[in-house]
Amino acid sequence: MTLLNILLQAAPDASMAVAKAGAVLGAGLAAVGAGIGVGRIGGSALESIARQPEAKADIASNMILAAALVEGVALGAVALGFIVGL
Amino acid sequence: MGAAFALFGAAMPGPLVAQEHDHAAPTTDPHGDVPGKKEFNAGELIMEHIGDSHDWHLWGHTHLPLPVILKTPGGWEFFSSGHLMHGHAYQGMHGTYALDHKNKMTVVGVNGEKDEAATQAITDLSITKNAATLILCVMLMCVIFIGMARGYAKRGAAAPTGLASFLEPVILFVRDDIAKNTIGPKHYMRFTPYLLTLFFFIWFLNIIGLIPIFPFGANVTGNIVTPLVLATATFLIVTFVAKWPYWQHMLAMPGIPKPVLVILTPIEIMGHFIRPFTLLIRLFANIMAGHIVLLVFFCLIFIFSKNGESLVGGFATSPFVAAFTVFINCLELLVAALQAYVFTLLTSIYIGNAVAEPHHDHH
Repeated sequence: MTLLNILLQAAPDASMAVAKAGAVLGAGLAAVGAGIGVGRIGGSALESIARQPEAKADIASNMILAAALVEGVALGAVALGFIVGL
Repeated sequence: MGAAFALFGAAMPGPLVAQEHDHAAPTTDPHGDVPGKKEFNAGELIMEHIGDSHDWHLWGHTHLPLPVILKTPGGWEFFSSGHLMHGHAYQGMHGTYALDHKNKMTVVGVNGEKDEAATQAITDLSITKNAATLILCVMLMCVIFIGMARGYAKRGAAAPTGLASFLEPVILFVRDDIAKNTIGPKHYMRFTPYLLTLFFFIWFLNIIGLIPIFPFGANVTGNIVTPLVLATATFLIVTFVAKWPYWQHMLAMPGIPKPVLVILTPIEIMGHFIRPFTLLIRLFANIMAGHIVLLVFFCLIFIFSKNGESLVGGFATSPFVAAFTVFINCLELLVAALQAYVFTLLTSIYIGNAVAEPHHDHH
């Protein structure tokens, strides 16, 4: 909080810039979330295929579906960051 | 297709293609009307490409003006958006109109400033770029699928040929793997038309957004309005089709102790609204983010070559940017089909939950 106070005192007209910085930071954090989530999905899918190679098609389509759902949430955060940043 | 061109041609009183003239008025055109002006604003270019507009920007300085249709308290207005270019105001029958810096239609007073009250009173029903693309997509779908249906009627039991042989497995996939699996064999035929329409509508609109050549290339699903309408349609269907077990499970889930119900019921009620909302956000953000990534990497060439000044910068970045853009475009083709699939699958899961038969497995 004190860092924010110092920043805003040094440049009192910078609140919009701070808001944009916050928005872009939020979008970056959402990218981290998406990376972790989809990485875990891909990892467990690969392990499952290794255990049972004949189930590859089933596992692959479920993996794509789960990845799309996780990306949906992350991209929602990105869209919010985009809206604020503009 | 001839009908489409007649629609465009007949609705525009002005010239079919309007050229921009050099004006002293300041413009927000990122190409720079004034020769020698080297300012390249990537942000503006991107917003212009993914946003809706009243005219269709073809290439360079050539725009195709689209009809403006306004419903004002005094009556209807029809004119070509060519009159509104560069921030000029147009004197219509019931008022003077201009586009503000955010590309929205406003009513202006005598000295050009925005008249707030009058602007709130008008309804902008113009055929914008997105509206024209929606009409194009609907016509494309009608031509393809009605043609397919006629082909099946004519052929009888023979195997399909041509485009039908490509689309038939997709249609069967939506009907069997999406609708029948999630809604159940008893009710799925009732909702299959909606799910098929949803799937192909979203898929075709996504692909139209990726083809850069006129008449395709408008970003429809990446604009918040189209996914909003589709998610609202899903929400209305789920709400009005839902049977009593669905409401019972939502408001008073059986088998839960009362104190937990106090927390659970509001969450369930919110979930009823939030689920279509996530559908909306997922489709909108995925497609818009894809277009923005493509445009950002494309703008890198202009930034590195300083808008044409530095040849070395331009030639050095172009191969990498071109290769990367091709790769991202292929990924976006996958995303186009995938987002259509996920939207349709989730819609049918929600419908399946709503019409689920009460299962009597209380131990």
